[in-house]
Amino acid sequence: MNTLKPRDLALFAFVVVLFVGTGFVQSWNVSLTILNMGLISAIMALGVNMQWGYAGLFNVGIMGFVALGGLGAVLVSAPPVGEAWSAGGLRLLGGLLLGAATVVAAIMAHSRLPRFKGLGVVAILLVGFFAFRAVFDAGVEAVEAVNPAVSGYLGGLGLPIVLSWPVGGLLAAGAAWLIGKTALGLRSDYLAIATLGIAEIIIAILKNEDWLARGVKNVIGLDRPVPYEIDLQNSASFVDRMQGWGFDPVTASSITVKLGYSALFLIVLAILIWLAQAALASPWGRMMRAIRDNEVAAEAMGKDVTRRHLQIFVLGSAVVGLAGAMMTTLDGQLTPGTYQPLRYTFLVWVMVIVGGSGNNWGAVLGGFLVWWLWVQVEPIGALLMQGITAGMADGTWLKTHLLDAAAHMRLLTMGIILLLVLRFSPKGLIPER
Amino acid sequence: MELLNAFVTLANFVLVPAIAYGSQLALGALGVTLIYGILRFSNFAHGDTMAFGTMSVILVTWAMQAVGIGFGPLPTALLALPFGIALTALLVLGTDRLVYRFYRRAKAVPVTFVIASLGVMFVMNGLVRFIIGPDDQRFADGERFIITARDFKTMTGLDEGLAIKTTQAITVVVAIIVVAVLFWFLNRTRTGKSMRAFSDNEDLALLSGINPERVVVITWIIVAGLATVAGTLYGLDKSFKPFTYFQLLLPIFAAAIVGGLGSPLGAIAGGFLIAFAEVTITYPLKKVLGYALPESLEPHGLVQLLSTDYKFAVSFVILLIVLLFRPTGLFAGKSV
Repeated sequence: MNTLKPRDLALFAFVVVLFVGTGFVQSWNVSLTILNMGLISAIMALGVNMQWGYAGLFNVGIMGFVALGGLGAVLVSAPPVGEAWSAGGLRLLGGLLLGAATVVAAIMAHSRLPRFKGLGVVAILLVGFFAFRAVFDAGVEAVEAVNPAVSGYLGGLGLPIVLSWPVGGLLAAGAAWLIGKTALGLRSDYLAIATLGIAEIIIAILKNEDWLARGVKNVIGLDRPVPYEIDLQNSASFVDRMQGWGFDPVTASSITVKLGYSALFLIVLAILIWLAQAALASPWGRMMRAIRDNEVAAEAMGKDVTRRHLQIFVLGSAVVGLAGAMMTTLDGQLTPGTYQPLRYTFLVWVMVIVGGSGNNWGAVLGGFLVWWLWVQVEPIGALLMQGITAGMADGTWLKTHLLDAAAHMRLLTMGIILLLVLRFSPKGLIPER
Repeated sequence: MELLNAFVTLANFVLVPAIAYGSQLALGALGVTLIYGILRFSNFAHGDTMAFGTMSVILVTWAMQAVGIGFGPLPTALLALPFGIALTALLVLGTDRLVYRFYRRAKAVPVTFVIASLGVMFVMNGLVRFIIGPDDQRFADGERFIITARDFKTMTGLDEGLAIKTTQAITVVVAIIVVAVLFWFLNRTRTGKSMRAFSDNEDLALLSGINPERVVVITWIIVAGLATVAGTLYGLDKSFKPFTYFQLLLPIFAAAIVGGLGSPLGAIAGGFLIAFAEVTITYPLKKVLGYALPESLEPHGLVQLLSTDYKFAVSFVILLIVLLFRPTGLFAGKSV
């Protein structure tokens, strides 16, 4: 069981100091903004830690699951577009069913056909593809033609957005199951690249299928689980109370909203870490680690390695999807164009490695710490560069170049931190015990 | 005439661009495959190594242009290539010293190398953006076209034109030379043979007195060369932007894996397969079919199988299909 030792508590205290310091030096608004994203990052890191830390699965498709979570937020909370549904909704569904039927038929043909297997499968896929396009394309056109400036998509269910968090997790879990069924048989490096590619495919679909979530036109103005700042400012009781405490009501309203998000996220994180710790301490957790440490031996003991791998792959991805839905909730919009592997896959990996793979608390610590750094390296870098270039004459080529380049210190710093931790403390800041 | 027009259209929009792109991917995939074969890990930093190499070439090119050195109708970048390769070789040898050698000595598991290469990827990516910035840089000079669409039409009297950019021709020629030299080196020289031996069976190679550190150093130098050439050709053909190079990692890996990791021949085959698939599947075939088919069968739609934005997705769908049926690629690559 991973209980926290005094040294670990000191590390967490250090992170607290970082955030409180940010509050005093910059502003509480900035500090809380970083904290909220830090909470989400910690959850993503928990998910990755389940796959990598418990089971040794090298999944570099995190971005795809984050995006699926975001899609979940849209599908649950966006208001349905009735006009679009009547224009081509059924046609779209029909097309999708046809596509799914084609794939199923091809798989069945592959296992059943006595001869000309390849030919049969290819023929089914070809015929199915064109039938699918014939039905589907017309539906897409009809749906996307409905008021494209504001909708042009089917919309969602119009339910409260908090419901979308588990749904986002379920969507990611479903995708992970499909991927796991096909890709988990691959060896480590092949699995890594396959997941990397699948994430790219998911993003490509989100960017291009406008009928689903408006593609790069973005879904904006999603439902909020917390009140709007402007409503707080218009509420007499809120303004009176804040002024009574000596705060500026405008600042106080935005801080209250952020605190609301923090509280919600904190609840989710607390539940997850409790579950994760309990799972890791259970016989199931021991079995997972045994499989990770020696697959062959575990298999000889009668453990179904493939099944366990699939299980943990689905669970970890669900956690990442949940975090993705929360992130879209926090942003209030889904912007598929901004999903990049550097930020949503590799940075999460840095969090897990730096924090401590195999240790849930480590992953959480890494999430907060690395996210804080990711945001703060830029201003720190700019300050540093101003210091370095202070002696140079204004307007010289080198000075302008260095000042501009400070903005790119981020990636450099992340890389160096990852390499240093991997070299000198390969188990991370809070190692597995 | 109609069929000829169909072919010319196809050549103009599919064959020529895909051959050039395929050569660039193949060179990139060769680098990935060599690292996998000899150092035994998937190098995620390869795209950014290409970016670094290209950046070095660009900086040297600019210096050459500033002092008035040119290469006539050819791009000056070709003259700058050796300098870029040397700089990149220094960089990758440096990272090997600082990062990978430690894990090699510690006999770390392969996935540790992969994670370390993620760190190297971040550092190189940051370094390139730090030095040259994240924006588009154009550095191609010399002649733009070998033959333009209009010249081709007047020459042949066809309705459709065929344009061949200088950079496309250079890409193919340089790629052929580089691949020929590489295969000559691997198959004919003593060092190349020892590298192959090392790749096939490490223990046996060590037993027969091959110095592993020397093999590693030579591999890195070759990889630096391949990456710089591939990156520069891609940059000349399209344009240089650090982020694009990071994205190139995806099709390059797809190419290397489809061919089978560790197999140089496979890397080349994979590169062309991926390039042709990407270009063909996302190209609207309406015009070609319009020429090739009798009028009654002429298609109404664009006959574009997938929208162009699915370019990267296509390479991965192919990758997944190949892996489903042949888990280690077409040419039976290895897996550690």
